[in-house]
Amino acid sequence: MSKLVSVLTSNWEKSDSFTISGYQRDGGYKALEKALKMKPDEVIQLVKDSGLRGRGGAGFPTGNKWGFIPQGDNKEHYLVVNADESEPGTCKDTPLLMANPHVLIEGIIIASYAIRANHAFIYIRGEIVHVVRRVQQAIEDAYKTKLLGKNILGSGFDLELTLHAGAGAYICGEETALLDSLEGFRGQPRLRPPFPAIAGLYAKPTVVNNVESIASVPAIIDNGVAWFTSMGTEKSKGFTLYSLSGHVKNPGQIEAPLGITLRELLEIAGGIRAGHKLKFWTPGGSSTPIFTDQHLDIPLDYEGVAAAGSMLGTKALQIFDETTCIVRAVLRWTEFYKHESCGKCTPCREGTWWLVQALADLEAGRGSEADLDKLLDLCDNIAGRSFCALADGAAAPIISSLKYFRAEYLQHLQNGGCPFDPVAATLFQGSLT
Amino acid sequence: MSDQLTTTTDVTLKIDGFEVTVPKGTLVIRAAEKLGIQIPRFCDHPLLAPAGACRQCLVDISINGRAFPKPQASCTIPVENGMEVKTQLTSTVADKAQKGIMELLLINHPLDCPVCDKGGECPLQNQAMSNGNGQSRYEGVKRTFEKPVAISSQVLLDRERCVLCARCTRFSEQIAGDPFITLNERGALQQVGIYEKEPFDSYYSGNTVQICPVGALTGATYRFRARPFDLVSNPSACEHCASGCAMRTDVRRGKTLRRLAGDDPTVNEEWNCDKGRWAFKYESARNRITTPYIRDESGVLREASWPEALSEAAKLLLNAKSAAVLMGGRATLEDAYGYSKFARIALQTNDIDFRARLNSNEEREFLANARPNATYKDIDDADHVVLISFEPEDESPIVFLRILKAVTKRKLAVTVISPIKSRGTEKLKANFISASAGFELKAIEKVDGLTNRSVILIGERALETEGLLSSVEQLATSKGAKLGWIPRRAGEVAALTAGAIGNLLPGLRPVQDAKARVDVQTVWGINQLPTKTGKSTDEILKDSDVILLGGVDANDISSSAKSQLSNKKIIAMDIRFGTSTEVAHVILPVASVVEKNGTFLDWQGKPRSFESAVESLNRSDVRILSMLADEMKRPINLPTVKAAANEIAQFDKWEKSTSNWHVSGTNTENLNLGPTEAILNSWRLLLDRGSLQEGEDNLAGTARKTIIGLNRTKAEKLNLVEGELVKISADSVSISAPLKIVETEENIVWVPRNSTGAQLVSKFSKPSGIKVSVSKA
Repeated sequence: MSKLVSVLTSNWEKSDSFTISGYQRDGGYKALEKALKMKPDEVIQLVKDSGLRGRGGAGFPTGNKWGFIPQGDNKEHYLVVNADESEPGTCKDTPLLMANPHVLIEGIIIASYAIRANHAFIYIRGEIVHVVRRVQQAIEDAYKTKLLGKNILGSGFDLELTLHAGAGAYICGEETALLDSLEGFRGQPRLRPPFPAIAGLYAKPTVVNNVESIASVPAIIDNGVAWFTSMGTEKSKGFTLYSLSGHVKNPGQIEAPLGITLRELLEIAGGIRAGHKLKFWTPGGSSTPIFTDQHLDIPLDYEGVAAAGSMLGTKALQIFDETTCIVRAVLRWTEFYKHESCGKCTPCREGTWWLVQALADLEAGRGSEADLDKLLDLCDNIAGRSFCALADGAAAPIISSLKYFRAEYLQHLQNGGCPFDPVAATLFQGSLT
Repeated sequence: MSDQLTTTTDVTLKIDGFEVTVPKGTLVIRAAEKLGIQIPRFCDHPLLAPAGACRQCLVDISINGRAFPKPQASCTIPVENGMEVKTQLTSTVADKAQKGIMELLLINHPLDCPVCDKGGECPLQNQAMSNGNGQSRYEGVKRTFEKPVAISSQVLLDRERCVLCARCTRFSEQIAGDPFITLNERGALQQVGIYEKEPFDSYYSGNTVQICPVGALTGATYRFRARPFDLVSNPSACEHCASGCAMRTDVRRGKTLRRLAGDDPTVNEEWNCDKGRWAFKYESARNRITTPYIRDESGVLREASWPEALSEAAKLLLNAKSAAVLMGGRATLEDAYGYSKFARIALQTNDIDFRARLNSNEEREFLANARPNATYKDIDDADHVVLISFEPEDESPIVFLRILKAVTKRKLAVTVISPIKSRGTEKLKANFISASAGFELKAIEKVDGLTNRSVILIGERALETEGLLSSVEQLATSKGAKLGWIPRRAGEVAALTAGAIGNLLPGLRPVQDAKARVDVQTVWGINQLPTKTGKSTDEILKDSDVILLGGVDANDISSSAKSQLSNKKIIAMDIRFGTSTEVAHVILPVASVVEKNGTFLDWQGKPRSFESAVESLNRSDVRILSMLADEMKRPINLPTVKAAANEIAQFDKWEKSTSNWHVSGTNTENLNLGPTEAILNSWRLLLDRGSLQEGEDNLAGTARKTIIGLNRTKAEKLNLVEGELVKISADSVSISAPLKIVETEENIVWVPRNSTGAQLVSKFSKPSGIKVSVSKA
């Protein structure tokens, strides 16, 4: 069977896929009509039954999250869509929003209806201004066609949708930091409990969902639970977007059922760039422990990846071939985490500061083998000790790279510097004289 | 059996194998404290909301056998039944986690302990020793910052020392309600900062220095002045207001170097105000009186020996036609008792008044007959707090914090009757009723929702409106509400209790009550006491010819007090030269608060005892009064503070009081205001020209500026714009200050009572309730 699926990406090839008319022509907003005829609790139950799990990284069942919102509490409820896609390697929501913003809007209306929210927010990464503009236009169009605002499709359901552009902080992808930022404060994670479902945005019950999770909802409503659960694996149902980047022939988004392997994905993407072979890869963005060519046949679902010692994360598959220096790659990621650490807690704030210096020394060939153990011990003092998961993500590539490529670290020390030609890993290799 | 000892709201858990039972909601770190298990911490503070930021307090926790997958911050986790906690003492994981955090905290922390103010009393230093590794493995580059940054004139910040625990920012936001400092930037460059154009404008900023667990925040005055291990610390009580803060006075070689808030959960919790913390140099000021003086025939003061000065003073008093005692409001209970007994025995008169300030006969009746009964606890439990003629943030800052706490934690309803809406009123989210001095009686009628759980707090300024004290007392009595009378100064409640007023003997015993007099005669061992009700301050100033002044500043009384005093024979007992010594014939130096033992009574009447913090040859007032009485051959037998305290203890509180003392005010008095006129209103700001703040330049830097406040309509009618210099005048004197638009009634103009360029008491006939004209300066 062909491993490919075409749901979220079905209309991406069309030149007007992002317009409301293009979306409606291909059946857009039909699921909304269907959902609005259901009872909100039926919508929640349907999403629960589908087994849809959060596509933002943690994989928490979406329907359960919706079910946590207390009903009949006479409080406002909010839906917040996390579009603060900022992790190195992660690049699924950006193209999705560029190509088809209305599928998100449709999903938002359905989800808001289900959790009885009359105000929804999209928190979008501030740097991707083109996407901000496109989504803004889509929202305006949805308002014009009465898909947003008062009495949507005559159902009596009202929904306001607000787009908020972030100010460029990775930490605001953490849901409570996102809520702080959305409220106008500095984005720093909040102490939990209370969880957002009880006291989220403006201390009101709030669901925070990833773009892709919400965008998957209309198709589930449209096609039903059986259709959705026919795809994927036992505990990871449905389809998802895999983002292939790096040393791969045809990088980009591949929509496939959960549980596909990298070997299959690489075949679809035309393989590793010509003349090279796979060295290591991330299954779900830079914060997930790396894999190597031993892991080509791991099923890329939540359980499969976890069983192999990593996390499915955002399914951002960064592919690195043998020209890449592991120390250099890990240092670059670590610099990112140091730059993005919010500063709230000690292990992340101070730890990333130290890790960068430690890795820079190793890359330059300074130090001894004992420094590798020190580095691992340092990671042990950082991972699992911090306020939120950012620091876990910072430690993950270091720990995993030392697991698979300790020899290469040592080679730097023996060599008195990096043995790799950094240009060899670039796209422009060979063009420099 | 144990079930009977615990309530359903108690939780039992095990920590390091030891069982402990604590109330539900207790945090693990606090439950461990109860067992004597000290988990290291930085961001945790029992009076602040948990942050979980520093991660130093990580412990292993399991609940009914299910373990958390990773160590948890014990400062954020409430206890649960069946919980088992393993701290660093029993868990190698927790121990390593803590040591790891400590190492990380230290990588960017400078090793400047030898020159850091905190060195020697530093939680980071101490816990690095107790819960850290001996040596750092960090060989990299430390983060550095330009240092120090002045976040106000009093508080300096060395950012590289900061461990970013956010205690200071949380205190400012959660406790003081002044969120003027915040964390800026991110990652290791995160730092405490102020808003670009707004300084750290808080009366409570010093607390941030005290709770800083490292040397990042330092007080500008104390910085680089001492090492903690060279200081001798003494528990003390604050002399600045009637809030009653427990304090700690740190002294080196006989000199006070700093004062800190003491810990008294029933009064100030762990906080105090900046005035209490940073205004103490007056005691060592250059104008301190160190020897007795006598004014010679040519009118020049000359130094005198104690025997000579005492003999001269005794002669003046014995030869007086009408001798009297006037006291300031800062005497201790023992000293006030000395004055009280001295007047009755040595001067054989009831002409004594501790109210060397604005006063009224109604107030004296109120003090003698009303029985204020409110406490801090009543504020904690109140359903409604009403503030009348009382601006707690300025006039009793810890009372303010206590009300604010209830407002923040449980949305306590507060009503404020005041001429203008102050920042304090805004912070309390109070129902604000604007009323000019002289016109509050109408406003009181608007107060509703009073129950027996309500608390009415009335300030000393209430005396400035005739009938107000009477009406408020009647209101409180009729509703069963608690009543608190909160004077500004620390000594007033004690002076009242000591009978340093013309209508009362010690223990609130009425002069006119024969049985009350017998009580006093019995303790004093004398046969008779003067029976005529004594003169009040104003009458003394008018009629007495020889006056003993105890810590009196004429400028606190009225604009004419100093000239009135200059026509009399004055014996001044004081710590510093001032308005009283300028007119004195004999000057007798006395001990300052840090030099003596004594007791203040706070506004609740709760004793605040303290012992001398520095050694000094200066003697407490009561000792000198006793010597003077001996010289007069009319001994009062109070050779020591202790002797006075023992004697005071023999007086119980006189509970009987008359109920027909009330005065009815005139609610409809019409001042016939012209279009350019308004009614003057004022109160003293916390930081102002008060004489105990002299010499504290850093403190003065955060005083709120002198302004003239009008409402917008009035300003527009007078064609005045905010910020421009405006003048108010009356009695052919005037003051000017920039105009500020405030929330008030149109007929009100508000000016701080004793701020730079606006010292109203010594300038105008009255500092409130009079008609003044307002114009461009």
